[in-house]
Amino acid sequence: MQQIIKWSRKNLFATRMNTLLSLVSLWLIYVTIDGVASWAFINASFLGADKASCIANPHGACWPFVTAKLNQFIYGNYPAGEQWRVNIVFALGALGLGLLMTGCISFKKQLAVLMLTAYPVLTFILLSGGLLGLSYVETNQWGGLLVTLVIAVTGIVVSLPLGILLALGRRSELPIIRMMSVVFIEFWRGVPLITVLFMASVMLPLFLPEGMNFDALLRCLIGVSLFASAYMAEVIRGGLQAIPKGQYEAGKSIGLSYWKSMRLIILPQALVISIPGIVNTFIGLFKDTTLVMIVGIFDLLGIISFHFTDPNWTSPQVPITGFVFAGLVFWVFCFAMSYYSKSVERRFSVTGENK
Amino acid sequence: MSEKHIIVINQLDKYFGDFHVLKNINLSVAAGEKIVICGPSGSGKSTLIRCINHLESHDGGDIIVDGIPLDDRVKNIDHIRSEVGMVFQQFNLFPHMTVLENCILAPVWVKGVPRPEAEALALQYLERVRIPDQADKYPGQLSGGQQQRVAIARSLCMQPRIMLFDEPTSALDPEMIKEVLEVMVDLAEQGMTMLCVTHEMGFARRVADRVIFMDEGEIIEENTPTSFFDNPQNNRTKLFLSQIIGD
Repeated sequence: MQQIIKWSRKNLFATRMNTLLSLVSLWLIYVTIDGVASWAFINASFLGADKASCIANPHGACWPFVTAKLNQFIYGNYPAGEQWRVNIVFALGALGLGLLMTGCISFKKQLAVLMLTAYPVLTFILLSGGLLGLSYVETNQWGGLLVTLVIAVTGIVVSLPLGILLALGRRSELPIIRMMSVVFIEFWRGVPLITVLFMASVMLPLFLPEGMNFDALLRCLIGVSLFASAYMAEVIRGGLQAIPKGQYEAGKSIGLSYWKSMRLIILPQALVISIPGIVNTFIGLFKDTTLVMIVGIFDLLGIISFHFTDPNWTSPQVPITGFVFAGLVFWVFCFAMSYYSKSVERRFSVTGENK
Repeated sequence: MSEKHIIVINQLDKYFGDFHVLKNINLSVAAGEKIVICGPSGSGKSTLIRCINHLESHDGGDIIVDGIPLDDRVKNIDHIRSEVGMVFQQFNLFPHMTVLENCILAPVWVKGVPRPEAEALALQYLERVRIPDQADKYPGQLSGGQQQRVAIARSLCMQPRIMLFDEPTSALDPEMIKEVLEVMVDLAEQGMTMLCVTHEMGFARRVADRVIFMDEGEIIEENTPTSFFDNPQNNRTKLFLSQIIGD
């Protein structure tokens, strides 16, 4: 107790200004917590099969809407009998990532390779089916969190290597490679993502020959990936430029070829420097996936807003609750990425001081 | 061109833009010979030795290293680089790798030496530069003198026939210069062909077979260390020596 008083004297009430600021801050914290708690818990309705209970509690959240629709929020219109396939994909993904992150296994490299090669193939087979006796599920039945994750993970996994290649290309001594990289990066960076998605879903089919058409979700995936690659390239270029010229020269002088020297010397250092920027881009990409709603693909946010129109659930609190729920889910994923990136930064800290 | 010459440089010209940095350089180095190159800053001495392993490309003349002409053929460049070691003023160790990993990188990835063999070799060279006990540390944890000795060991691990030194002691505190020079003297005594850009005149006197003085992209004077220091011929050499010794 004595220590608490001592601590607060020193840190909260040291001067008159300090005391004033502390009191104002405490008041702000109180107001926020009070408002959130009374909306989310005290005045909220928790049980109910339709809007009745929500209309009865007009000043609180309408959680029954979320629990009743949770299945659609996660799977979209994925057939109920086939949702186990999605669950397997989720479980394997979580297991793989979890093992990679905790980092106390000896076969980490092999697992990473597996996650980048076998896992996407397996995911594709499981989700779309049409093979191995699995029934075919068209992508327009996919939705919700499933679509959000498919787009975000594809974007992340494609944009990192592509971004590395583009960044190296932009710094290449070969003029044609350099020019092509610059044009690619500046083109994709200069166009809004919404335009890219519109082009992919509306314009592209007009240019394709008659009868040739490919999947709307796939077109979005390609658009999002290329868009993210351009951003990633510039983040990584920043890291490359921070590496002293002497490192390149040392690599050359011991006889390493360009690719070996990039892989063994330059990129390991440049990527570590770029981690904050890379994760920033990942997080931006994750949230940008909500834009696919514009072209009729129902991601998490899209499917939540779609269900606002359900006549069984028309209550003033339903949209607010839906948006808060969507925000929470996005926040959890983004915060997890941010938190994990900090531990990666520490682990790969270049100086070796933290090892 | 004689057989015993391991490096032959003929009428070498190099420009940085409009600046004529190397002017008609002719230099032959015999196997096992130790050459010290000195001269004021901007005289082109670093550029000259950086041309020998093609960190800089040249614009005219020929460079032949161990019988291989240095041209734009990548295969020749790679071959020459694996025979020529280089030590830099700023050490240029790889900060994300331990000392041992720094040393085995090139043998493993360029020559394809199996890892245990490369490690044994690396430890042997680390012993030779007198820091075998630092093998598992990171470069950032070592002093400047230790780092430079690791850099020498890293080059030696490729078992080069020629070593280039680009002002190896200029970035070091005075008390660390000695430990690096001692390693270089050892190396010289074991018969390595060495080209060394340095202002360490004591080292030049003790080790060099020839001292070369460069100014404004030209070789002004070359001689044995004794004649060079005691009886310089050219006025620019005299001026330079008086400034160095005046320090």
